[in-house]
Amino acid sequence: MDAIVKKRIKQVIKGDQDAFGEIVELYKNSIYQLCFRMLGNRHEAEDIAQEAFIRAFVNIKSFNQDLKFSTWLFRIATNLCIDRMRKKKPDHYLDAEVAGTDGLTMYSQIPSNTPLPETELESLELQETVQNEILKLPDKYRSAIVLKYMEELSLNEISEILELPLGTVKTRIHRGREALRQQLRYV
Amino acid sequence: MCPEQIIELMHEYLDEEITPEHEQTLREHLQSCKDCEAVFNELKKTIAFVRSVSYMQAPDNFTANVLARLPKEKRKIGMQRWIKNHPMLAAASLFLVLMMGSLFSTWNEDREFSVTKQKNLVVQNNTVIVPKGETVKGDVIVRNGKLKIEGEVQGDVTVINGEKYLASAGHVTGQIDEVNEVFDWIWYHIKKTTHDVVQIFENQPETK
Repeated sequence: MDAIVKKRIKQVIKGDQDAFGEIVELYKNSIYQLCFRMLGNRHEAEDIAQEAFIRAFVNIKSFNQDLKFSTWLFRIATNLCIDRMRKKKPDHYLDAEVAGTDGLTMYSQIPSNTPLPETELESLELQETVQNEILKLPDKYRSAIVLKYMEELSLNEISEILELPLGTVKTRIHRGREALRQQLRYV
Repeated sequence: MCPEQIIELMHEYLDEEITPEHEQTLREHLQSCKDCEAVFNELKKTIAFVRSVSYMQAPDNFTANVLARLPKEKRKIGMQRWIKNHPMLAAASLFLVLMMGSLFSTWNEDREFSVTKQKNLVVQNNTVIVPKGETVKGDVIVRNGKLKIEGEVQGDVTVINGEKYLASAGHVTGQIDEVNEVFDWIWYHIKKTTHDVVQIFENQPETK
């Protein structure tokens, strides 16, 4: 897969937008998820995820081809999310649930007269709870936890994405885990 | 209260970076300490929760929306891709362009008066005269000039971009052609090429 990505990037550098479309297809789900977990709002997540890909396209010539493309892309997306979070009011996410419109999987917008099977309802509630607890984390812990447990990236990759020493990344993940444990222990 | 060090060991374990000796210490402690065991299980449960919600799909049309927001592609790339996808068409149109180009350029360049060199032909300014009583052997071609035929031509007569007068006494044994328009000119070229090719084939047996 890395070989294909490298080939596509060479085509993109020449200006081929179709080749870039294939790259978007490969990474759209992970980048969208990263943005959604960081921002907690579908519209914002889509907006920032698109912005991340557009920045990658525009700046593709500055991408060092010896690096992993995904690392570079995740870095762009993470930085955009953190910028966006800082511009928002701290508890803006509370009304984000309303703004996320088609959020069947995330926000249980189920008409009350159609009861779901109990297990499914529980899993929806759990998802909602987990997402809300992640959104309560301070952004530096949040990015580390999302990259580690939702994107399943290695500590080394996370340290490259966040441009932080490995030790710092570990500390952030440890603190994030501990904070989540405090919140989720009775679920 | 358990030592802070045990919590550290738990994180080492969860990071999958624990040494066998540390793991041994951790296990021994967890067996003897219910509080720490509870914390350890809560941590593992938390991670499982976070992992369990981790699958998300980007909205429909995500890729199309990104591509629509990109700065405009250079035209060169579009051309290259088109050529890649339609090699035969590309070759055919290239051929056509070159062909038309060369035809038009020969048409435009040939603005000067010229005439085939033959005995008995008289040239006055831009007028070629086949004098009375004379016989010209072979084909006569006049470009950008007039042709007056008062005698006899044993062969074809072609006037390109000009006029011809055939006097009552004049006589041409072959065909008479007048070419005045670009498309006539193209047609004339095609006919000439075909004629030449046919002649090559017709002449072959003689050379053997």
